[in-house]
Amino acid sequence: MAAKYDLNDNRVVVIIGSGAGGGTLGNELAQKGVDVVILEAGARHEYTDFLNDEWASFSQLAWTDNRTTSGSWRVSKNFPNLPAWIVKAVGGSTTHWAGASLRFQPHEFKTLTTYGKVAGANLLDWPLTLAELEPWYARAEEKMGVTRTGGREALPGNNNFKILKAGADKLGYKECHTGNMAINVTERDGRNACKQTGFCFQGCKWGAKWSTLYTEIPRGEATGKLEVRPQSHVLKIEHDKSGKVTGVVYADKDGKIQRQKARIVAVAGNSIESPRILLNSASSKFPDGLANSSGQVGRNYMRHMTGSVYAVFEKPVHMYRGTTMAGIIRDESRFDPSRGFVGGYEMETLSLGVPFMAAFLDPGGWGRSFTSAMDDYPRMAGMWLVGEDMPQESNRITLSKAKDKYGMPVADVHFDDHPNDIAMRNHGYKQGKAIYEAVGAIRSFPTPPYPSTHNLGTNRMSAKPRDGVVNSYGQTHDVKNLFVSDGSVFTTGGAENPTLTIVTLAIRQAEHMAGLMKAGVI
Amino acid sequence: MSQDHQHDHDHDHNHPHAPALTRRSFLQRSSSVTLASAITVTSAGALLNSAEAWALDVKALKPQTMKTLILLARDIYPHDRIADRFYAIAVKGHDEKAGKDAALDKAAGGKGYLTLGWEEERVKLLRKIEGSPFFQTVRSGLVVSLYNQQEVWPILGYEGESYSKGGYIERGFNDIDWL
Repeated sequence: MAAKYDLNDNRVVVIIGSGAGGGTLGNELAQKGVDVVILEAGARHEYTDFLNDEWASFSQLAWTDNRTTSGSWRVSKNFPNLPAWIVKAVGGSTTHWAGASLRFQPHEFKTLTTYGKVAGANLLDWPLTLAELEPWYARAEEKMGVTRTGGREALPGNNNFKILKAGADKLGYKECHTGNMAINVTERDGRNACKQTGFCFQGCKWGAKWSTLYTEIPRGEATGKLEVRPQSHVLKIEHDKSGKVTGVVYADKDGKIQRQKARIVAVAGNSIESPRILLNSASSKFPDGLANSSGQVGRNYMRHMTGSVYAVFEKPVHMYRGTTMAGIIRDESRFDPSRGFVGGYEMETLSLGVPFMAAFLDPGGWGRSFTSAMDDYPRMAGMWLVGEDMPQESNRITLSKAKDKYGMPVADVHFDDHPNDIAMRNHGYKQGKAIYEAVGAIRSFPTPPYPSTHNLGTNRMSAKPRDGVVNSYGQTHDVKNLFVSDGSVFTTGGAENPTLTIVTLAIRQAEHMAGLMKAGVI
Repeated sequence: MSQDHQHDHDHDHNHPHAPALTRRSFLQRSSSVTLASAITVTSAGALLNSAEAWALDVKALKPQTMKTLILLARDIYPHDRIADRFYAIAVKGHDEKAGKDAALDKAAGGKGYLTLGWEEERVKLLRKIEGSPFFQTVRSGLVVSLYNQQEVWPILGYEGESYSKGGYIERGFNDIDWL
């Protein structure tokens, strides 16, 4: 029987958000006997409710509450109130993600040491090394059933992958395979095998792709120590005179303001809402926002260098058939400044349906040059570039003048590309085009970044309190019983999709937090 | 807005050399229309396309205005294999929102947009007004109202919903045979 905690029960750990970080943390703590309340802003849809329809699914799952944008990025021009494509629902963005589960590389924890100072970039080494995280990564891969790890077999390659592989072979790329994916190849862990349905981004209707919605959350609930409260939109975190957090104020499904007391609060609302909540929790004791003595809350916003390359061939491809992203070339993710940039990028297969291709292939584009591309849709292949973008202090989440329906300032997302990001992206476009041309592509389309699906860095980890917001366990430097548990803790972004690292950090954070609780420290 | 068109400056403002364009100026029709369009106007004021066998009741706009909107939609997103009826469905939402202003027809030199026989001429005109709120409203609406029609998808080679058919694991997910 699922738990139900009283609003005045101050023994509970309150977690804000139920995604990769919040959902995993909640279950891991519940398994250790800790009482947990997860407050999730979104509704609860079970995986049988997902929709194989891009726009309908977007309406069902996407975070569409207002945000504003600023800066020179094209997303701000084309999608001024949609800086990110992430989820407002139980399970968070693990409902929508493609399943790509890559470990960071060793040097990506030490970017300042490895790359040196980069003008205009706020590089910093993580207060963690890959070696320290390796046992936790292994636990996360086991939990999620990541292919090509732990003895698990690879997914089969779909048409889109086969083209990528043929091009990779022609160009001499050495590390091309169907990826490390948190998707069942065979039935595993009580969940179905992948049926190559082609709507990974719209939620997996088979439950074959890992999501906290139908793994961590029901497992945590089964212990009787986890309560998930959907449609509970957190407005701010409260603290006492000593600076200890005491509870969380939220609007319930009827819009009524509620206050849940807490022994510990963990913020896991993804990298736009998490800093927004901390900034909106400013008080006379914390005039710049909760846990913000460094001034770094909201800063160093990273979205990965992204872009896509689509290409048209003479004969049919049907790239939309099958997994959206089970295909990767890893060679360019190395550190090799002879290419004209620091950091590296992964090249991953990607497909969109006709409705989203029309929206994102060339936002604002029209006329025959656009429609002739759309006419070639069944002969298209596509890839997504994911690379390490430079943290810049000026790329940041701040409080907008615009307010939400509860009167709270909404988040403004400011972003400008760094020259390193641009150089990397141009290299990726060139290489992507070359891969497809090697297999006979007749046209290719370098496609600009979509509203950001990877959002990182806005409450970053640091060894020294003045450089960041949290320590290596995600515990804020300023407030001992306040933690951050999502991708906003990333000191730098690496070239890899973030979810595996978020889950890994959450497993490790749960053990540490439980230990501190047992010792009576918090 | 598209970055790759012929103009060399930004489009956040209206062009100084084109008239301020709003819905009505575009939709003012000319009296003599000789366009070889398959759409006719019935005596009851509806649009009729016998060849494609569809009719469209037009409530708020004049039938000729709706006909112009359909052509505008096709010129913005021209697909020769997509029949007029899909463009008609895509723009019929504007029928409820008919406005009251300025002139694409004026930019066409006093003749109707429909009288410009070549797509090239019409597109040249559209490029002059592509920064206008009216054009952007029509264009951005079409991204969904045209491309999200389920019956358009097979024309563009997209198979749509897949779960009810068991996914593609036995329906050609890896059937490419020409590599």
